[in-house]
Amino acid sequence: MSTAESAAGSAAEGTALLEIDALSVAYGRRGGRPGQQILEEVSLRARAGEILGVIGETGSGKTTLARAVVGLAPVTGGRITVDGAEITGLRGRALREFRRTGRIQYLFQDPLRSLDPDLTVGALVAEPLAVTGTGSREQRAERAAEALHRVGLDPGLAERLPGQLSGGQRQRVSLARAVVTRPRLLLADEPVSALDASNRNHVLRLFDRLRTELDVAVVVISHDLSSLAGIADRIAVLYRGRLVEQGPTAEVLTHPLHPYTALLTASAPSVRREHRIPPGRLRRQEAAPEWALEGAGGCGFAARCVFADDACRAAPAVEARPGAREVACHHADTWRGRLSSPELAVVAVGR
Amino acid sequence: MPASSLSEPAADTPVLAVEGLHITVNGGRTEAVRDISFTVRAGEAVGLVGESGSGKTLTCRSVLGALPPGVQVSAGTATLADRGGGSTDLTGLDRRGWERLRGVRLGAVFQDPASYLNPSLTVGRQLAEPLMVRQGLSRAAAHRRAVDLFTAVGLHRPAEVYHRYPHELSGGMLQRVLIAVAVSGDPELLVADEATTALDTVVQAEVLDLLGRLRSERGLALLLVSHDLAVVAEVCDRIVVLYAGEVVEEGPTEQVLAAPAHPYTEALLRVASLGDWSRRELAVIPGRPPEAGRAPTGCRFADRCAHARPECRDGVVELRSAGEGRRSRCVRLEALHLSGTVLQEVSA
Repeated sequence: MSTAESAAGSAAEGTALLEIDALSVAYGRRGGRPGQQILEEVSLRARAGEILGVIGETGSGKTTLARAVVGLAPVTGGRITVDGAEITGLRGRALREFRRTGRIQYLFQDPLRSLDPDLTVGALVAEPLAVTGTGSREQRAERAAEALHRVGLDPGLAERLPGQLSGGQRQRVSLARAVVTRPRLLLADEPVSALDASNRNHVLRLFDRLRTELDVAVVVISHDLSSLAGIADRIAVLYRGRLVEQGPTAEVLTHPLHPYTALLTASAPSVRREHRIPPGRLRRQEAAPEWALEGAGGCGFAARCVFADDACRAAPAVEARPGAREVACHHADTWRGRLSSPELAVVAVGR
Repeated sequence: MPASSLSEPAADTPVLAVEGLHITVNGGRTEAVRDISFTVRAGEAVGLVGESGSGKTLTCRSVLGALPPGVQVSAGTATLADRGGGSTDLTGLDRRGWERLRGVRLGAVFQDPASYLNPSLTVGRQLAEPLMVRQGLSRAAAHRRAVDLFTAVGLHRPAEVYHRYPHELSGGMLQRVLIAVAVSGDPELLVADEATTALDTVVQAEVLDLLGRLRSERGLALLLVSHDLAVVAEVCDRIVVLYAGEVVEEGPTEQVLAAPAHPYTEALLRVASLGDWSRRELAVIPGRPPEAGRAPTGCRFADRCAHARPECRDGVVELRSAGEGRRSRCVRLEALHLSGTVLQEVSA
């Protein structure tokens, strides 16, 4: 698979803690039925101490990607390796045992619904240790207190119930619960989308600090580009189950190679209004070509892409670009030049 | 008296004038909104911003007559002017009065569009039926008008969308349907309460553009409520910043962003989505806003303010003029040089 090879080439420095190779996931596949393809040959890497940001809209497969890493999605192809151990082959008892090691931790979006309302904060944070029978009760309480301290929470909160905490505090309890097992990989699915701006930044700063303190690889799924940009080393952009672009954060966001990434960054609300390209120029106004709507192969973004043409009937492969970047677009090197062409300029004025 | 102190010509009478609004919760025991005043003129977009608990939603719901049980307007007025020169005090309306107003002179869109639509009726019918009832259109005429409205809100293949059920449409499409419903009675005022918060970035920008377009095409007055300063900045001419139930700053968007006149606005700007793509230390506002009814004497932001001095806590801080068209509730305003953000238009 060219996808896997190019990903391996670009992330060569240092060994990756999380390696996802040509991962495909489909729901409802049974017998001869093809099922619904959610992810198609996605390859990603994350090193220890690194934050990988994953962005994409609803239905892009970003949550499925994270769930596949913890064995919660039906993988139909490809390989996932964490800290040298292959996850994809694990079933039943072996999978449960791997989960119990706590080497991977998963952080959910809504802490109010993922924390048991009847357990105290102290019990919640110590629970992952209790499950595996790690240490004595006192040692567990000690490590729970240490984890609370790490996420900047007063150990005095240990006696409270989740319902007595603010949204930001609850998400920090979830984070304490995740780091108490000293994980190697932390997956966070929209960890801050339910929080206001100040609390959002507070939690993201914790991720930033913990990745160095614990030398943990962190994958953060978010739709808030600007705050993610503050902490992520690299960004991967998913669209309809495929990787469309990835690379170092600042480069990807300031000089996108894929028209979808460009549309995303141009659409992000900003108090600065310094979008390089007006979003109207990147929105397709005319009807999508018939072949793009049928979903019969081809580039997944073609139906919404201003630059789509006959070349896009074939699905673009993920190709490496200088600066440890990757992009899957037939027009990656030329679309920017076409922005100033007369036909697109007319469209922009019409908005 | 902000409405009268602004020496505007008579033609600029505000569509909505909120004056000295107080709202109590807990059956009148706790004051959650204190003395809020602002105006929205025809064709103008005004944004209400603040954290959760700032009173922005209560204020907006009182304008829509949709306060939850136990919550009431205890003082003040909210006046809606009509095109004929008359006006209505919204705070004194009964159920009948609201029914005559909603969907006709007042439209609204909210955060979760799916919960405002009937899942067992096509979206077209849900738009056409009120047109038949309120405007007396025939079935065929209502159908035509509904398709026209779907076209106006930028839905692709509007004639097909007419026959779709809510579950068949995406969140962005549903929000466009609700915007079509909201403007179907050709209202003077459209209230958008966190209307784009749950949408994907790209769709959010499209819906914000749509609201801006409806405003300029129809002369619609827009009241946008959001916790996200960046969203408000994209759309609004003027910004009203709320904190702990009070207006702390008000002014033209560009001026407020470039040079905030209240430390809370400055703090909000620092934590907002800046459109800054560089790696950086993310800013936070220390502490938490006071709970309703537990606000300290004096400046309510003082406990979290980097510029607070003892005099800030001495007594009630009044909202006062901070230059042309601007107001601030900060006693130290003249002594402070608050930093804003540079607004720069960079062309493609």
